[in-house]
Amino acid sequence: MSAGDKSNRDKGKTAGRNVSRRRFLTETAQAACAVGLLGLGLTFVAEKSRVHAAQVLRPPGALPEDDFLASCLRCGICVNDCPYNTLKLATPEDPVATGTPWFNAREIPCEMCDDIPCISHCPSGALSPELKDIDDARMGLAVLIDRENCLNLQGLRCDVCYRVCPLIDEAITLQRTRNTRTQVHAVFEPVVHSDACTGCGKCEQACVLDVAAIKVFPRELAQGELGKHYRFGWQEEERTGEKLVPWENKMPARMPGNSLNDGGDL
Amino acid sequence: MSKRRPATEAVAVKGIWKAFRFLWLRRLMQLSILGLFVAGPVLGVWLISGNLSSSLILGKVPMSDPLAVLQSLLAGHPVVAVGVIGAGLVIALYALTGGRSFCSWVCPVNMITDLAAWLRRRLGIRTNHRLPRKARYWLLALVLALPVVTEILIWEFINPISLVYRGLLFGLGAGWYLLAAIFLFDLLVTSRGWCGHLCPLGAFYGLAGKYSPLIMSAARREKCDDCMDCYAVCPEPQILPMALKPKKGFGPVLKTLDCTRCGRCLDVCAKDVFEYQVQLKNQHPLIPVKAVE
Ligand code: SF4
Ligand code: SF4
Ligand code: SF4
Ligand code: SF4
Repeated sequence: MSAGDKSNRDKGKTAGRNVSRRRFLTETAQAACAVGLLGLGLTFVAEKSRVHAAQVLRPPGALPEDDFLASCLRCGICVNDCPYNTLKLATPEDPVATGTPWFNAREIPCEMCDDIPCISHCPSGALSPELKDIDDARMGLAVLIDRENCLNLQGLRCDVCYRVCPLIDEAITLQRTRNTRTQVHAVFEPVVHSDACTGCGKCEQACVLDVAAIKVFPRELAQGELGKHYRFGWQEEERTGEKLVPWENKMPARMPGNSLNDGGDL
Repeated sequence: MSKRRPATEAVAVKGIWKAFRFLWLRRLMQLSILGLFVAGPVLGVWLISGNLSSSLILGKVPMSDPLAVLQSLLAGHPVVAVGVIGAGLVIALYALTGGRSFCSWVCPVNMITDLAAWLRRRLGIRTNHRLPRKARYWLLALVLALPVVTEILIWEFINPISLVYRGLLFGLGAGWYLLAAIFLFDLLVTSRGWCGHLCPLGAFYGLAGKYSPLIMSAARREKCDDCMDCYAVCPEPQILPMALKPKKGFGPVLKTLDCTRCGRCLDVCAKDVFEYQVQLKNQHPLIPVKAVE
């Protein structure tokens, strides 16, 4: 065997190694691209799930939605532990992240069990073990959203949502106003109080209309929030004993609507 | 080689029980575990509550999918103790029994992909789109990276393994499409495409079983007559040559992350070449096996 043969063979070996290295690099690049694209696609799908639909309520003690999506393992133990079949695990076509527990108040509301069995075996903490009193649950907030069809607001005495509320006279009260249509009767308006309503959904389920006039929404949807810098003068005065704005503001008194143009005074 | 029936010789030599026993035992195991879960909602007998993502046995012992818990931790959520203990128990179980024994003895998707592989053999379907076997590690990396970036357990949206259980126990909905897609992919596109190339959970359990003492061994490999029956049934046939063909440094022992401990090679071999072995000392280094497609 001559020296030339040997060096040729070595060259062949290096070439072979180069080819396999090139193939390795190409394959790695391909895999990286494929995985990157897949990741992007999946991220789009998952990001969409952050916006869950208005009729989707989470079980009691559920962490805020972003944390919930980061924590719930989708095991369904909470679903199994709910004695009223309130909870269900989402299938891919439900309007909420697949496999996570939710309920639709109009179908089966939460009965607000004293011992909150749905929380007790949650393995992830997605349903916070810190919720001890079911009255502190904040699954959503009831809103009397259709004021045109609510029977009580028409001056009739339905009162059903008020009567079924487990926190009657705290979460929901009847506020008496004058019936401007008949001029002689009263209207008993159901008013929900966000500091007490748990979002159990009993009122929505019980509403006698074909489509409920009072609905429970996730709190992010139901509630507004003041600007961080915003203060109500009268509350500040109560808190500090001093007026926020010491001088008297003279504002023109005018009717809302087109009054600036037609010069309508009070 | 067209429509082949790999077990024919084994049945003739060893009888039908010995030629199929591990296959039947595995199916029995897979279906019994499923049955224990289903007994809760269907019969009201709550031996196990939950599903493969996380469960509670007899209301006491937690078991959690370690990959799901890991994702949750990576998404920045401090999982409560029960979940972490449950994941630890499962990891310990599969570290002992050979990580991917989950695949062949528990995972419900295995029944679907085994069915596809069987049909493929019976119908003589030969199309086999080439995929790198290590794609699963890329996907595993993706599964673990996405929660860090998005703080959502994204894999759990499409995880077909938990989907089967969730589907049967809590309603499946459109999830059937995904399972059908996996079946058709395995049947028509790539042989053992999902479990053998892509599944990140299989890859994860493979890693978990890296030091498992329970292994398959081609203990009597000198008797092998190259009938290739084991190649036809093994879900990871690329691992067989190293055990069957004496080569420097390689055992007769199938020390690879890929072996699912299904025992089908043992069943189907008329010469009884293979056996399950318990090896407490790690005599043979684990080596990632290059694909031999
Ligand atoms: S509090 Fe009771 S009724 Fe409400 S979701 Fe939990 S277990 Fe079900
Ligand atoms: S028990 Fe907890 S982890 Fe399981 S589905 Fe319910 S919320 Fe999710
Ligand atoms: S959701 Fe309705 S019934 Fe339930 S607490 Fe709130 S107001 Fe009462
Ligand atoms: S590879 Fe994945 S789908 Fe296949 S059996 Fe293993 S865990 Fe199940």
